[in-house]
Amino acid sequence: MENLIAVLDTLVAERYTVASVMLFVVGLMNLLHRRDLVRKVIGFNIMDAAIFLLLTAQGYVDGRSAPMIAEGSEAAAATLYINPIPTGLVLTGIVVSVSVSAFSLALIQRIYRRYGTTDIQELLFLVKGED
Amino acid sequence: MRYIPMLCIFALLGSAILTAPIRSGRRAFGATLTVVLCTAAASALLLGWLLAGNPAGEPVAVTFAMGKFAAPFGNELKLGPLQALLTTVFSFVVGLAMLGGYDDFLFDVEREKRGLYCTLLSLTLAALYVLTYTNDLFTGYVFIEISTMTACALVMVRERGETIVATLRYLFLSLLGSGLFLIGIAMLYSTTGHLLMEPMAARIAALLSLGEYRLPLTVAAGVMMTGLGVKSALFPFHRWLKEAHGTTTTTSSAVLSGVVIKGTIVLQITVFCRVFTLEGVHLLHLDMVMLILGLCGMVAGSVEALHQHHAKRMLACSSVAQMGYVFMGIGLASRAGLAAACFHIIVHALSKSLLFCSVGRLSAVSRHKKDFTLLRGSALRDPLAGIAFTVGAMSVIGIPLFAGFTSKLNFATASVASPKTLAFTLVGIMLSTVLSAMYYLPAVTAVWSHSDEEFPPVASDPYFNFCAAISVALILLLGMAYTPVMEIIELGIDLL
Repeated sequence: MENLIAVLDTLVAERYTVASVMLFVVGLMNLLHRRDLVRKVIGFNIMDAAIFLLLTAQGYVDGRSAPMIAEGSEAAAATLYINPIPTGLVLTGIVVSVSVSAFSLALIQRIYRRYGTTDIQELLFLVKGED
Repeated sequence: MRYIPMLCIFALLGSAILTAPIRSGRRAFGATLTVVLCTAAASALLLGWLLAGNPAGEPVAVTFAMGKFAAPFGNELKLGPLQALLTTVFSFVVGLAMLGGYDDFLFDVEREKRGLYCTLLSLTLAALYVLTYTNDLFTGYVFIEISTMTACALVMVRERGETIVATLRYLFLSLLGSGLFLIGIAMLYSTTGHLLMEPMAARIAALLSLGEYRLPLTVAAGVMMTGLGVKSALFPFHRWLKEAHGTTTTTSSAVLSGVVIKGTIVLQITVFCRVFTLEGVHLLHLDMVMLILGLCGMVAGSVEALHQHHAKRMLACSSVAQMGYVFMGIGLASRAGLAAACFHIIVHALSKSLLFCSVGRLSAVSRHKKDFTLLRGSALRDPLAGIAFTVGAMSVIGIPLFAGFTSKLNFATASVASPKTLAFTLVGIMLSTVLSAMYYLPAVTAVWSHSDEEFPPVASDPYFNFCAAISVALILLLGMAYTPVMEIIELGIDLL
């Protein structure tokens, strides 16, 4: 019983990490198991969102605020703010993720125009027939 | 001199932007080739400067802080002899691949897309430069994604059903690899508080010496290794490579097999040596995992190549086996093993791009057929292409006098220092060599055998002839006079 409470306590304390892992697994399953190409791209986006959540949560500190120093105010101590670096990394990561998603969707659109389907099994069958 | 890598990267990015709107394929090609060869020359100059070293004459590695922010806040490039040598080779091989595949470039790529194709080549090479020189993990992640997208587009350029499916497989597996690498970065950042490799390495060394955070570090290193391994066709994540490299145009195949998959391997070597150190990798047992996967890849790639009749697919499967050698060398987790791996990166880049270019040429004189049974007699129609194919094949098999033999000798010598795994590595090298001979020798025999079929005469390709002559000369040179290159590599590893 005490072990269970300790586990639950850990899960609550590390709630962002737990949520991130769950989201990552959901995204990974979508990426690997879905037949529809657009759903695979959505799965990849969920995976990336999970990693961004993990990164952002790493920088968050309870009780501290966003690192925005207003003009005219004193230079504040670092202890008043959350760690801005993970947030910066996530911004870059989002841009990369969007670029990759755009590329993937353009590819899928080209596939749909040529073969009339976004189902990977149908696509493989049609491509095999073409060969 | 320390600005050379930045200048090369910016030159390649600038070339990518400027060649995109050029309508004439020849002008775009010429401009890109010029920039690529200039970056090769600049990297060679940097190598000379680093080897000349400090006033005492000792070779040096230099850290270049980008944006004038000092560590640990800024971003950095690490310029060492190994990095300069690798970027020289990468640029040179891309240039040779462009020349060798020029005819197929005009045949396969639609007129209005030729400028964009040259843009992709420039971006790919720029990404490789960053992956080689970076001293920051997150920068490595960003340029891994860029190289993935450009590589996918290079596969797709020859728009057929098979290339579309190959691109999809490559894209989705690569995305999985990138995701895993990013998770590894997130875990390492949360454990160490750094993204720059050197401060991170200091923290990791301190944690490992105290025996703390062993499991998170193992998991982080493991997912990073898996992520990078997916992108560089580490067994069992190699299934995408056969179609991706085997179905596209000649220059794309040569660049992808010869250079692109090496970028993530170089980053892997950098992470292992600079971030975790070889002792740390051994402590976390990752060397053994990499060794086993490398050995499996050596055999699995060759077994798969045995079943291929399509020339380019056979070469692509052979690339999986050859990458297995590199992973085996990294898995030995020794200075000699890493040196052998880096030497093999160079040898494979030259050999495989020559093989793809010569197959492209042999196919061009055989009505663009790709099956070896239909390429019978093609070497008699273009003897230089036949010689180039034969030299490339001999090198990959590991026949003495050719560069591939030196590679295998280096691997065997390096494995002697690890008595526990000596038997496995030597048996693996022997088995892979025999299997390579089993599919390359029949292919060489086929292209030199007489064919009764009549083929229309095809004009000589001076660009391919030049590429083949240079590549053959370099393979023979590396096979016979490899000592200076090995010395530079060993110096570079010490300064990594």
